[in-house]
Amino acid sequence: MNDEPCKPCDCEGKKPSRRDFLLWIGFALNAVAGAMIGIPLLGYVLSAFFKPNPLTWISLGPVEQFPEGKTRFASYENPLRREWDGETSNIPCWVRRIKGDDFQVFAINCTHLGCPVRWFEESKLFMCPCHGGAFYEDGGHAAGPPPRGLYTYELKVESGTLFIKGGVLPNLSNQNI
Amino acid sequence: MNKLINIARSAFLWVDDRLHIAKLYESTAGHHVPQSSGSWFYVFGSATLLCFMIQLATGIMLAMVYVPSAAEAYTTLEYLTFQQELGWFLRAVHFWGSNFMVGIMLLHMTQVFLFGAYKYPREITWITGVILMVLTLGLAFTGQVMRFDEDAYWGLGIGAAIMGRVPFVGEQMVNMMLGGPIIASETLSRFFALHVFVLPGGVLAIVSIHLRMVLTKGINEYPQPGMLVRRETYDKEYAAILKKEGVPFFPKAISKDLVAASIVIFGILACAILFGPNGPSGPPDPVQINTLPRPDFFFLWIFAIAALMPDWMETPALLGGPVIIGIILFALPFFNGTGEKSWRRRPVAVITVILTYVSLGLLSYLGHTSPWSPDMDAWKSAETPLEFVEGRSPLELQGLLVIQSMQCRNCHAIDGIGGHRGPDLADVGSRLTKAQLVRQVIQGGGNMPAYGKNLTPDQVEAVVAYMVSLRPQGVPPARDSSQPGQAPME
Repeated sequence: MNDEPCKPCDCEGKKPSRRDFLLWIGFALNAVAGAMIGIPLLGYVLSAFFKPNPLTWISLGPVEQFPEGKTRFASYENPLRREWDGETSNIPCWVRRIKGDDFQVFAINCTHLGCPVRWFEESKLFMCPCHGGAFYEDGGHAAGPPPRGLYTYELKVESGTLFIKGGVLPNLSNQNI
Repeated sequence: MNKLINIARSAFLWVDDRLHIAKLYESTAGHHVPQSSGSWFYVFGSATLLCFMIQLATGIMLAMVYVPSAAEAYTTLEYLTFQQELGWFLRAVHFWGSNFMVGIMLLHMTQVFLFGAYKYPREITWITGVILMVLTLGLAFTGQVMRFDEDAYWGLGIGAAIMGRVPFVGEQMVNMMLGGPIIASETLSRFFALHVFVLPGGVLAIVSIHLRMVLTKGINEYPQPGMLVRRETYDKEYAAILKKEGVPFFPKAISKDLVAASIVIFGILACAILFGPNGPSGPPDPVQINTLPRPDFFFLWIFAIAALMPDWMETPALLGGPVIIGIILFALPFFNGTGEKSWRRRPVAVITVILTYVSLGLLSYLGHTSPWSPDMDAWKSAETPLEFVEGRSPLELQGLLVIQSMQCRNCHAIDGIGGHRGPDLADVGSRLTKAQLVRQVIQGGGNMPAYGKNLTPDQVEAVVAYMVSLRPQGVPPARDSSQPGQAPME
């Protein structure tokens, strides 16, 4: 006798009560509503994950300011700059003018863990202050833990102006820089 | 008088009838704990929670002034430190509170580990504790970014460089972390949201489970050597302990927690007043590259690992290490959930703790001194003691000048003065022969760049002549052992 209410499913053809029906409707409606809120939220957060990295041509100024055979400090403004970026939109780099229009532009970031490398004119070395990575004048790996040579920007010289393709933080995942 | 008491009593009963305070008290502050757990070793958990409360209070205050914008954050930090009344004090308490929180959390975890408190039936207490540790370290790292100065900027760069090593989706991970392809305003806003909403909210949620477990499964009794935990019998044994020597947590077992709490607060206040806030250092301007980026104290050991690991291990260790440590910590109560609790009979546990502390201590010390970093200004500023100049020939002196001007001393000290990346040159003449020195200078190797292209033959000759002269008094120059008959050269 006592078991009877516990197994309503056995009773063939018995309709679910109005309460059960409302409960399921409630679950279903909230699942839909939750998805309608949750999916845009996820999309908002994950949009950075799926956005392709936009590389744009950026001017570093006339080639005359870079003497031949020398490596010089230069900086450019992040092409994606926003009003409230402040100083963080000034991105430094090292420009090596080998001869004529033959340039190399190195990212400031060490290939080990991204610290800013410094150029030493006398010994013709880049040294990193974090873990002691060192690179030769042509960006090649000289010593220390970095797994590769310095990142180099794609570049072009047009009507006497040096352009580089930039706009992303150079790291091991974007080898195209 | 009696009338007053009667009024107070009926007022309390009225409130209690509605809020059930007496019942709540009985099941929380008044719940019974083993008398043995009223121990000095059991104060670290409540002390960590106390630190978190201090962080919440001071953090809210700081957020009333701080502007989480890449363009304004640094200015508001300076304003907070130098102009806002007591701003320096709140910044200092918040900074030292975070140091205390990480440190005491570590002590808490060590005590729980050594006392076997993670064993049956407190697995979930331990696991929620591990999650709290991750959240706390997350708060420490994101907090370091809130202090938006040059260290924060390059610290983000290091984080992005590690993310960039993730296979296949490295680029996307960097974008996720930075809120875009480059460190900019969205990076700071993102870390601000994590630091003030997501992570503290997570801590509050998980702490409530953590404490709930303490109430439902009880606090660990002070372990006795030889008292083994068995799944079948433990619950009964614990109930018996409570029956025999159970005391209400408040007021019978809380006294040491209270004393410890006041010591923690006094400690934080003392550090805040004596040492003040940390930074900000230079502005977060990437163009200012004359910087020595260093993480805050509790991450120095990771900084050291990144310098000392063999290169091939780096990416697997940086990415896999945290995962492996996480798995071990999560799994601990399941593969070691029963048996002996007392550290006196758990030598492996004791050795694990000692090794962990020694490693963390040594790595932090090395991270602090970072001997692997070149001393970027040594070539301009490091002096050469007189004994390394006196009596040298003109050629040798010329070599010294080349060593100085070619930045050799950024990595090589002479008698301890200069960088420590490479060997000290003070006695190099007694270790390497002339031929070996020439080869080393020209070809480099063993973590030294090759200088062949940047030195003229004359300069190499001078440098090597000077280095041959660098040896303790009375010690002859190194000799080539493959030519036994060779006379010592001068």
